[in-house]
Amino acid sequence: MSLSIISPGLLTTIQDLGRIGYQKEGIIVSGAMDALALRVANLLVGNPENEAGLEVTLLGPKIRFDEDQLIALTGANLAPTINGQAVKMNRPVFVCQGSVLQFAPQGSGCRTYMAIAGGLSVPTVLRSRSTYLQAGIGGRQGRALKTGDVIACPGPSAVAKQFWQKMLAATPHKTWLQAAWTPSPELYQGPQANPSIRAVPGPEYSLFSTDCQQNFWAQEYTVTLASNRMGYRLRGDGTALALMQPEEMLSSAVSFGTVQVPAEGNPIVLLADHQTTGGYPRIAQVVTADFSLLAQVPPGGKIRFREVSLAKAQRLYCQQELNIRQLRQALRLKMRL
Amino acid sequence: MQRWSRTSQAQIPATNFADKRELNLFNQPMQNQRRGQIQWSQPQIYPLGDSGIVLQFSRVYNAEVQQRIRACCTYLDQLQVTGLLEYVPAYTTLTLYYNPWLVSEEGRLDPYARMTEIVQAMLAQVHTPQPEMAPTLVEIPVCYGGKWGPDIEEVARYAGLSEAEVVRLHAEAEYVVAMVGFAPGFPYLAGLNKQLATPRKHQPRTLVPAGSVGIAGQQTGVYSIPTPGGWQLIGRTPRRLFRPRQENPSLLRAGYQVRFVPITAAEFEQQNRHES
Repeated sequence: MSLSIISPGLLTTIQDLGRIGYQKEGIIVSGAMDALALRVANLLVGNPENEAGLEVTLLGPKIRFDEDQLIALTGANLAPTINGQAVKMNRPVFVCQGSVLQFAPQGSGCRTYMAIAGGLSVPTVLRSRSTYLQAGIGGRQGRALKTGDVIACPGPSAVAKQFWQKMLAATPHKTWLQAAWTPSPELYQGPQANPSIRAVPGPEYSLFSTDCQQNFWAQEYTVTLASNRMGYRLRGDGTALALMQPEEMLSSAVSFGTVQVPAEGNPIVLLADHQTTGGYPRIAQVVTADFSLLAQVPPGGKIRFREVSLAKAQRLYCQQELNIRQLRQALRLKMRL
Repeated sequence: MQRWSRTSQAQIPATNFADKRELNLFNQPMQNQRRGQIQWSQPQIYPLGDSGIVLQFSRVYNAEVQQRIRACCTYLDQLQVTGLLEYVPAYTTLTLYYNPWLVSEEGRLDPYARMTEIVQAMLAQVHTPQPEMAPTLVEIPVCYGGKWGPDIEEVARYAGLSEAEVVRLHAEAEYVVAMVGFAPGFPYLAGLNKQLATPRKHQPRTLVPAGSVGIAGQQTGVYSIPTPGGWQLIGRTPRRLFRPRQENPSLLRAGYQVRFVPITAAEFEQQNRHES
């Protein structure tokens, strides 16, 4: 079983939920930028949530399925088509051998996730299949996918096969089919344009003047072109954020969602490929429940930060886990019916 | 849905890093410390977002802080708590990452309060210097100067020393890994002879080869993977600091001791072949 990459798109990488446990050795977490979208995609094809899938960035790849497969697309809607016909997001899709998936150059959001029933056969490096581009490990030979890559797949589970056979029995003679249902938007919504991103004050928040603090929450920020999987460089209205007194800081841990402010005064939000430690003042920390929204803002997109308490942030986290659990239970029933 | 609610907000520290008395962030090691007789003081504890908790032991780096962080790491290596994901030691802080849903028993408890308890239990156990903590010593062979250390001349000129003296001073010191960060397996080493302190390069290199030994201010370190970088390069080691196929991929960890051993170009070539 395999997938063939006819063209790779702008940046298509293999990601799971990240390489956890090695940050003390300076090894970054990597993993899907929009982890929620990857988890949902995996659930939609009957996979464990942490299975490796493809992360597609802005300009999608062209992929041929060398055998019958069950897939799901979540995250950004980059106008996907199968054999030239539009395919809907957020549902199981059966594709028959030889089908070709591609994307249009326009769409909304930034990153699409494709899960394949049974996952991808790439080696696990340090307990993860995620691509770590800088160190050249994980995923497909530690790099982004390129033309001619053939990625082996272990093949779908019995449940997935049974599921698509039922789909085929209902509508035969098609090269591909999609389920008519999709998760309720209360459980999984997907990207939003110009989102409001909730955050809690960071460890060095109190070193910024009250004016700076208010300005940070009030400004609209643009995600600049100098943004990537490591972080978004933001540009505001021109008011630089500055500490009340200039500081020399010793490096300390930073994580996904850390908003740090270098000397020039424009904040940077760290993302999946962030370094493990940093030495800039940390003004805020994005709540985990909003990582999915944040990861879907394309270059040029706008965001605002909204302050919430730590207790609220942790309630949002737990709510998201409850949603995932509910979705998992609902899908288990759907796929066995 | 949650049965917990928080009465008081977790405190964001009002640390003022501006205290001019402590602008030198690298302190000399503490004197007059006898094992088992010192009670360590309570660190500052504060959140890093909804999934991180930070212990700040001090605002300056010194031997005591380094020892305490190491003792905590040893404790955490043995600890099994559902939802506790990993920890990151740095110069003066130890950060623990956790999954709030799992540590709170699926939302039944207050996750931050639960983490604070876990951290306090650790501090209650790890409150004095541990007598059995013999540090691991790693020797790193280095071919100094020449094509392996293109900036050695600049470092020598800045220090007013000969290149041979730079090599001697760099290789005779004993270093401690203050933390691993920046790149996989990249050690920030404390203990550089002050005479060798040299500012970073004005224009960072777009690519520094793996194994390059560099100086930046009062720090020295070894590039573990090829990466852009601005440190002054004085030599190169054939040893691999990042070994992705091993269960402990970083050769060095926070708290390890390091000594550099000068080798010749021929030895470098030979050992380099051996390592690859």
